[in-house]
Amino acid sequence: MPKRLIVSDVSKSFTMHLRGGVVLPVIGRADFSLESGKCFVLGGPSGAGKSSILKMLYGNYACNSGQILVVTDNGMIDLVTAKPREILRIRKETIGYVSQFLSVVPRVSTMDIVSEPLIERGYFRDDAHARASALLEHLNLPRYLWDLPPATFSGGEQQRVNIARGFITDHPILLLDEPTASLDAANREVVISLIEQKKRSGVALLGIFHDEEVRSRVADQIIDVSAFAPQATVA
Amino acid sequence: MNANPSLNGAHPYNDPGSDEPLLQVRSLSKLYGSRIGCTNVEFDLWPGEVLAIVGESGSGKTTLLNCISTRLVPTAGGVRYRMRDGRMRELFGLEEAERRFLMRTDWGFVHQNPADGLRMSVSAGANVGERLMAVGERNYGQIRKTAGDWLSRVEIEMDRIDDQPRAFSGGMRQRLQIARNLVTSPRLVFMDEPTGGLDVSVQARLLDLLRGLVTDLGLAAIIVTHDLAVARLLSHRMIVMKDGKVIETGLTDRVLDDPQAPYTQLLVSSILQV
Repeated sequence: MPKRLIVSDVSKSFTMHLRGGVVLPVIGRADFSLESGKCFVLGGPSGAGKSSILKMLYGNYACNSGQILVVTDNGMIDLVTAKPREILRIRKETIGYVSQFLSVVPRVSTMDIVSEPLIERGYFRDDAHARASALLEHLNLPRYLWDLPPATFSGGEQQRVNIARGFITDHPILLLDEPTASLDAANREVVISLIEQKKRSGVALLGIFHDEEVRSRVADQIIDVSAFAPQATVA
Repeated sequence: MNANPSLNGAHPYNDPGSDEPLLQVRSLSKLYGSRIGCTNVEFDLWPGEVLAIVGESGSGKTTLLNCISTRLVPTAGGVRYRMRDGRMRELFGLEEAERRFLMRTDWGFVHQNPADGLRMSVSAGANVGERLMAVGERNYGQIRKTAGDWLSRVEIEMDRIDDQPRAFSGGMRQRLQIARNLVTSPRLVFMDEPTGGLDVSVQARLLDLLRGLVTDLGLAAIIVTHDLAVARLLSHRMIVMKDGKVIETGLTDRVLDDPQAPYTQLLVSSILQV
């Protein structure tokens, strides 16, 4: 299977300038790659840096060293050194991200939140809404909620809005940060089937799943993040 | 050197995928006597991109905005802008008439205080229509119709079209100012604390409106704000300023979630979490 993304010798630490410049190493020498049609899962105890890795792959966190090579339509791009404009383009065209929490924008309806990624990519509003409706239906979100902003929804309902928004696009790489965290069993099944669909259409996935059952069903390979534990350094 | 930039409605250089910057700021400094307004600022802005300039009061962000928009003459450095004909021009080398034409048509400027950007004693419709007349529109019926369309786009009821903005609330005035600025289809909009001085709920409505308009119209914008939440919601990239200097720049969410400079870390950690 072709590699879509290659992480090579990546390390990350936080320098806390407000705490006298204490250096907090998070990741040391991470090495792995993602393949088309496969779901890789980040494993390891909490605090091992799983979320930090996802955030580095999305360009949300800076890396201290190493390379994150992404295969794009414009050739191979290194996310570690990419300019903000290149990262924005990669997020639009290549790498999607489903976060754990929905960042709610005041006054924007569920339907618009879910269809927005497609509209940004030039879809007609009607087509985008049709695709959003199908996903929301599939995720069992009651129809009367579709026109409301999700600010007042329950945790599980917000999570499903977020999943619909994250899965609606055709990004060839998809990052998943605990997409099943606050879902009931039925909706967990739906998310598992969505992940399987993505795999069949050749998407390279990388996820964090604390739910043992979900993990074992979707994972093609577990990447043990504790192997990337940084060497203890003197601050 | 001659000929005003043509106004043909189409925006050949408004393509967000364009590889040519819309605006280039180079070594820009403004001194007030020996006091620094802003110093040695450099950045590029691309079509469709929203840039936030953040910092505390006195950090030089408004001075910078005023220099870029030619409202102030910088002490050193320059600003180049891609005109509608595709040519890159040095803004401070333009004829006065060319510069005024830019400000009236291709640019918008949204002031923190709507009274600075509106004519308070003429009607809402005329405030919007005036900018259209400045670009040569003469048909009264057409002007009124376009003005009405824009009022509804910024959620002002049509029955208020003949009212003066002094009869409007703060939030409505700000929305009217935005309509007045956007009616000529500018390619670049400058905003100075556009939500400052408004109630939180009014701010939310305005932000949502701005966010929609910027995306729909593919506008490039430079927004000065001290409010990091406004920057996160509206901007793609961010410049952090302190004492007239650029402290940190980058992707908005990266600067906010993984700030590198000590000052940015202080700024980010000072936000109240709700």
